Amino acid sequence: MLFPPPVPPKEPRRVVITAAGILTALGRGWNANATAFRAGKTAFRPSMHFDVSRQRVKTAAEIDLPENMPATRLSARSHTRLDRAAKMLLIAAAEAWEQSGWDPSEDLPLILGTTGGGMSLGEAFFRQAIREPISRRGQAERAIYYQAHRQGLVLCEALGFSGPLTLIANACASGANAIGHAWEWVRTGRAERVLAGGYDAITQLVFAGFDSLQALSPTRCRPFDAGRDGLALGEGAAVLAIESLDHARRRNANILGEVCGYAAITDTYHLTQPQPEGKAAFATMRAACAQASVAIEDIGYINAHGTGTSYNDTAEALAINEIAGSAAGRMPVSSTKACIGHLLGGAGAVETVVCLMALHGQWLPPEPGIETPDPICKFPIVREPKDAKLRFAMTNSFGFGGASASLILKGWQ
Amino acid sequence: MTNVFVHGAGAVSPAGWGLATLFSALEQGVPLPEQDLARPGSTKPLRVRQTPPPPARPAFLSHPRLRRTSPITHFAIAAALEALGAESNADPKDRGRLGLICCAMIGCANYSRRFFEEALRDPVTASPMLFPETVFNAPLSHLAALLGTNSESLTLLGDDGVYLQALALAGSWLLADKVDACLVIAADETDWVASEGVNVFSRHAARADGAGAIYLKAVPPSGQGAILSGVTDAWNFTRPHQPHLLAARMRSQLPPGKPDHWLITSIGGTRKSDSAEVDAWADWPGRRMDARAILGHGHPTLAAWECAAAFEAIRRGSCPVAVVSVVGANEQAIGAWFESHTPAPEIPTPL
Repeated sequence: MLFPPPVPPKEPRRVVITAAGILTALGRGWNANATAFRAGKTAFRPSMHFDVSRQRVKTAAEIDLPENMPATRLSARSHTRLDRAAKMLLIAAAEAWEQSGWDPSEDLPLILGTTGGGMSLGEAFFRQAIREPISRRGQAERAIYYQAHRQGLVLCEALGFSGPLTLIANACASGANAIGHAWEWVRTGRAERVLAGGYDAITQLVFAGFDSLQALSPTRCRPFDAGRDGLALGEGAAVLAIESLDHARRRNANILGEVCGYAAITDTYHLTQPQPEGKAAFATMRAACAQASVAIEDIGYINAHGTGTSYNDTAEALAINEIAGSAAGRMPVSSTKACIGHLLGGAGAVETVVCLMALHGQWLPPEPGIETPDPICKFPIVREPKDAKLRFAMTNSFGFGGASASLILKGWQ
Repeated sequence: MTNVFVHGAGAVSPAGWGLATLFSALEQGVPLPEQDLARPGSTKPLRVRQTPPPPARPAFLSHPRLRRTSPITHFAIAAALEALGAESNADPKDRGRLGLICCAMIGCANYSRRFFEEALRDPVTASPMLFPETVFNAPLSHLAALLGTNSESLTLLGDDGVYLQALALAGSWLLADKVDACLVIAADETDWVASEGVNVFSRHAARADGAGAIYLKAVPPSGQGAILSGVTDAWNFTRPHQPHLLAARMRSQLPPGKPDHWLITSIGGTRKSDSAEVDAWADWPGRRMDARAILGHGHPTLAAWECAAAFEAIRRGSCPVAVVSVVGANEQAIGAWFESHTPAPEIPTPL
């Protein structure tokens, strides 16, 4: 039964991550991405998936999907029905699944964050509908696989498990919300393990949308730079195997890190702009620290939401300044969106994996391209590859609609 | 805290604005009339069941955040405010931590289609006013701003059954003391593209739009109310499981029923697509209402209407238990049930 939930344990369970699959424009898999993030590489190129000739901005961090999809229970025919987003999700999930050593079951929750699901199929549906109003060839398939929950079910079929499927569409915080919810499920005893993550592919509607808002950078994305002029779009996915510490220990699993705290609140200031003084971002980070029982001084690295827009970065910088207080000068911050762009529904999940990589390898992910840090930032922005002793890292996600989420992760040495 | 109570419900549906009109339509059991919706490029219109215009312009539309919003937001907010009842006017500080969950399948179809049309024509002239409203969580963001709540808000995607998942999630939040109250909403709006998306599976399927909302708390209401007694597992439509088996599993987790219990189903009156749910409830001993047949394909909103009607039936004293059954379009079979709650009589204090 989904409700009432099982009686929670007397003490909340500790929640660990035992596998992480990742696909970004920097590469496929943990090793390729860890190497590239550690070096501060970037992955932008002229956009190739649709016509951008009339857009203000013509670049993005796009992924070239491999010809061979991972071997799963899906048939080759099934793969042809999937759009780019579903394929990215499948690639990241298959990596996590293989790494986890989990067995399939009928009660394994899947929690995913996305902003668009199979939006490219929705676009194709519309194009076909106006081009050939009478013909319905292929339209039923497009209508089905456009839906995010169908992408989730395809993933279940591919990996051979079933269980409650939760699809969160909280704009750019979706991926962080998905991991946070997985944490809550395990922590409160609703599940021993959860597969969770976020994904999104760049689509024409979204590209045109951000461009229409003049939110895309016509030069290059450089969050927290005094001369920043917008964000860059990216695409990708990350999926994590999340389970109770007891469960992980019982099966002698390799633990990558611990999820210690999560908070989500709603910023009601504006549909697309954060509260200018960063009050919502501050409240979210403070609540996450309280939830994790971690003092802000113990956070060794913040992976900022850091989109590169003037509004977001100002609000977030003020919030970090305030929460870090006198420790701000020793609080390394970077936004890896400077490397892979903004992955929207995938951002929170991918940036969680970046934090795990940093905690695991004891290094700080640099942010390339910064020329002049915005003087509003009282914290150091990581600009060069650097080793560090890290125990805790925090990742922020702040989205349209005021969806705000922070996650705190602990390294597992 | 061991129980979760329904404090209110609201609905905007093809039957009209307000829960009373929805309940009346379901009680009468007559399918609501369909309307034609023009389909560009075709002389043959689509068949839909649209929410009629409101009897008067809703007062909430004067809020600055709502000036450019599309019908999905109007529906969601109207249903939410009705569910909140008198508390909709409360000071946000007095309301405590109010969680918000909204469910959708297609989301902001109207503005998405319009914006994409503009982008295809020429992205240079695509309206920046439209794009932010295309985001799935826009309706909930507006509602949060209107109510002045900054607790967690969550937009969930799925087929019809996602609404019951959302009720279960809200119930868990309340029992865990994460929030003091929670509004669970589902909303959808009609547009010709979204309607055609339903129509490609069945030429006779009429898409419906509107919203439904349930207001939950972990403390009992002062008057007659209902308890959210249970939500079954979500039985996913993954191979090799067949809908008949999944609907039967859903049924097995719900009360067997008595002659005075009510059952509200998602049966739509189409033999092929209904057979799993019809068979699952063949031996139901009480009254049965088939919401989809009467209201149309509302997807998560249909399930919200079913739940709102279940609450209303209990509140009116029509039944002591109301069961909601949802066999969704393409994701899951899931059910829930509600039981009546009567406040304990006050025991006079001895002098």
